[in-house]
Amino acid sequence: MDPLSWTGQIAFLTPFLLLALGLLALSILVWMLISILVPENRAIQNNGDSLRLSSSPRDFAAQAVKISFIGTAVVVLAYLLLGLALGTNAGIFGALAQRFLPVWIVLVLLFALSIGFKRDLGLYGKLFDSPIGMIGFALVMFWVFTGVFGAFDMIITHDPLAQLSGLKNKVPGTPLRNPEDGEFQWYLLGGDNLARDVFSRMVKGAWEVVRIAPLATLFAFMAGITLGLPAGYFGGRLDTLLSFLANLILAFPVILLFYLLVTPEIVATGLPQYMAAVLFAFPLVFFAVLINARFRTQPEKNYLWLGAVLVPMLILYLLVVSDPGSMLDILPAALDVIDIPGGILVVFVSVVFVNSPTVFRIVRGLAMDIKTRDYVAAAQTRGERPWYIMLWEVLPNARGPLIVDFCLRIGYTTILLGTLGFFGLGLPPESPDWGSTINEGRKLLSIYLHPALPPAIALLSLVLGLNLLADGLREESLKD
Amino acid sequence: MGLFILRRTGVMILTALCLTFIVFTLTNLYPNLEKLAKTQGNFRMTDEAVSSWLAKNGYSQPMAVKYGQWLGVLPGWTLEGEDGTTGRCINGTVSPSEAAEASSFCGILQGDWGHSTVLQKDVASVVWQRLGYTLRLMGWVLLLMVPSALIIGVLAGMREGSVTDRSLSTVSILSTATPEYVSGVVFIAIFTSSTVGLKWFKGSATAATENPTFENFFLPVLTIALYGMGYIARMTRASMTEVMTAQYIRTARLKGVSFPKIVLKHALRNALIAPFTVIMLQFPWLLNGVVIVETLFNYKGFGWILVQAAGNNDIELLLAISVVSVFVVLLTQLISDIGYVFLNPRIRIS
Repeated sequence: MDPLSWTGQIAFLTPFLLLALGLLALSILVWMLISILVPENRAIQNNGDSLRLSSSPRDFAAQAVKISFIGTAVVVLAYLLLGLALGTNAGIFGALAQRFLPVWIVLVLLFALSIGFKRDLGLYGKLFDSPIGMIGFALVMFWVFTGVFGAFDMIITHDPLAQLSGLKNKVPGTPLRNPEDGEFQWYLLGGDNLARDVFSRMVKGAWEVVRIAPLATLFAFMAGITLGLPAGYFGGRLDTLLSFLANLILAFPVILLFYLLVTPEIVATGLPQYMAAVLFAFPLVFFAVLINARFRTQPEKNYLWLGAVLVPMLILYLLVVSDPGSMLDILPAALDVIDIPGGILVVFVSVVFVNSPTVFRIVRGLAMDIKTRDYVAAAQTRGERPWYIMLWEVLPNARGPLIVDFCLRIGYTTILLGTLGFFGLGLPPESPDWGSTINEGRKLLSIYLHPALPPAIALLSLVLGLNLLADGLREESLKD
Repeated sequence: MGLFILRRTGVMILTALCLTFIVFTLTNLYPNLEKLAKTQGNFRMTDEAVSSWLAKNGYSQPMAVKYGQWLGVLPGWTLEGEDGTTGRCINGTVSPSEAAEASSFCGILQGDWGHSTVLQKDVASVVWQRLGYTLRLMGWVLLLMVPSALIIGVLAGMREGSVTDRSLSTVSILSTATPEYVSGVVFIAIFTSSTVGLKWFKGSATAATENPTFENFFLPVLTIALYGMGYIARMTRASMTEVMTAQYIRTARLKGVSFPKIVLKHALRNALIAPFTVIMLQFPWLLNGVVIVETLFNYKGFGWILVQAAGNNDIELLLAISVVSVFVVLLTQLISDIGYVFLNPRIRIS
């Protein structure tokens, strides 16, 4: 087998792509220059649908940007489609495009459906009015689907842990020495220092992020909301105490905290497990109070709801927190069906722990702001209990900023996970997560670039997507 | 104002005490001490040998007592042995009369930071030396980051929704989405790699502690600055857009004041209050970035010894590092609080 080149048969597209990218960069520069030098258009609104010619240099520049952007998009799409059709004949790009086929299908379906029904989908639908938000959403969903499909071994070409002889530090597109039948015949993005497939590890790394980051952020939000609402609403001593504790955690340099929490010695003392027991209890408390506040006056309904929600959660909680053979051994081993690998639990707990004080501060600020509104006063006059007001009056009205912050915070959590991996903390050393892969790759970075760059770019694009998504959501939610 | 500063300082000292106690407890947990005993003594120690070693070195006292001694508010432990007296404040084994002459308090309040087991040096000298290197790094980072972030933020915020705003906002989003270990890796790949790169800079900043040059020092500085820049720029932009919609700006505009003059004379000062707080509160993250970048570029400063100390169970060094970093963070918070009140006359402290 011959080694793959980057573009193979579709190499003829490369000059077009370079041209389009060059034009795009040039037009954006010109656009910015013009917008600084030339005075603003006089704001004369055209009534109705009357035609307006693009007349000023500004409009010309904007048109140029638009056209060159569309041109670039078309060339990139051509790469993708031709790559999909030709596969490995179209070089590494083609093979990559083909490997990601399930992701493309689901993405196209998702976008088609969402745009089709966007008027009925509330804030989520409005996201599709903002180009920035759409790009961000596409980037995020690309990695989410990659992670999910990767978990089912769909996109990867090789076992991310398998070491194949003769492929140590080989460049992208190197063929396998003696491939077996049905095995993929190339290392698409090359081999790493231990002769493992960089591409498959990157795809598997997406799953590590997708399964930890959103859930960890959710738990941080549960803890932050459960503590932040009363702190902001009641104020006084409770607020002083909780804020002091939050500031205590915030004043801690994150890396030092990680080093203190994640080392094997500390894990052996069971400290992360106790923290997990506390932090994982917050969702239980949150939902118990939420339901009780709502149905307090209708005991039958109240008990029904409480039972239906809390019993499964409690079982799940016990299953997750209890771990046979460790410090917290509540359930008998036979019943303990869920076993979270120690490393992941520790990483999860420390990320939640670091994130929750910031969420606490945001929620507290929002609660302090919203409690002065008229509808809160109305509820108080009605004689509603404080917890009802907090959870059913204040919280729903704080949802906009919270949703935006949730997106940003997932990105931040992803960065934190990468940091942990980068310092080799928590996750097992052969774990394919992006931080660990970057850490391994950086050691030989000046000679071999390819092991470190794909996970770095993957992480960058995911976090960038989350940031853009948050920006789009903020913009759209402000339009109301 | 005086009372406010006093109260904030009080809270700060309380926070510092709590935090150092937490760090002290975490680093002095039994598994850590056991590891310390085994690395100091020998690796095949029995459990009894470990506990006797710990007792002999004063580690088996209650946690609060040990903390007090480390802090220097409780007298250091002494132990009468067969061949003389040993103690926290006594170097080696000495006769009882010499032991009586040694000072009874020796904690960080007395300037005794202990001994590093990894570097085999006095902790205080190591920390101050490395802190100097890191302060140099941080100084250059601030020098690069703050002005560029403020310029980007002000330019983006002065005309909300304009082309400049949108493109600069995209740039700042991109920079906040690039953590140090990603941008550092990309920079090393582009600028230093010996195979395909441009070879403009050096990928290692080890030499920069002694002899910083543009070639070996610029990339670490740029890497840290870039991540923090986006956030500050976005905050500056938000604050600037808010100021630009204020009534007095409109008044100035209607009076016919030119746009550059409005921005520079009327808007800028009020718009820079919020970023000041943000920059000050950015320090914990800057510290984070320093640790990552110093590891990535092998710059042997404060962050580098943090990793060394934490990875090698060097308890006293780790404690000293945490004290210093917690202190830096709290101090910047204090400055930010006081500065905010000082800069913004609308806030009155009663």
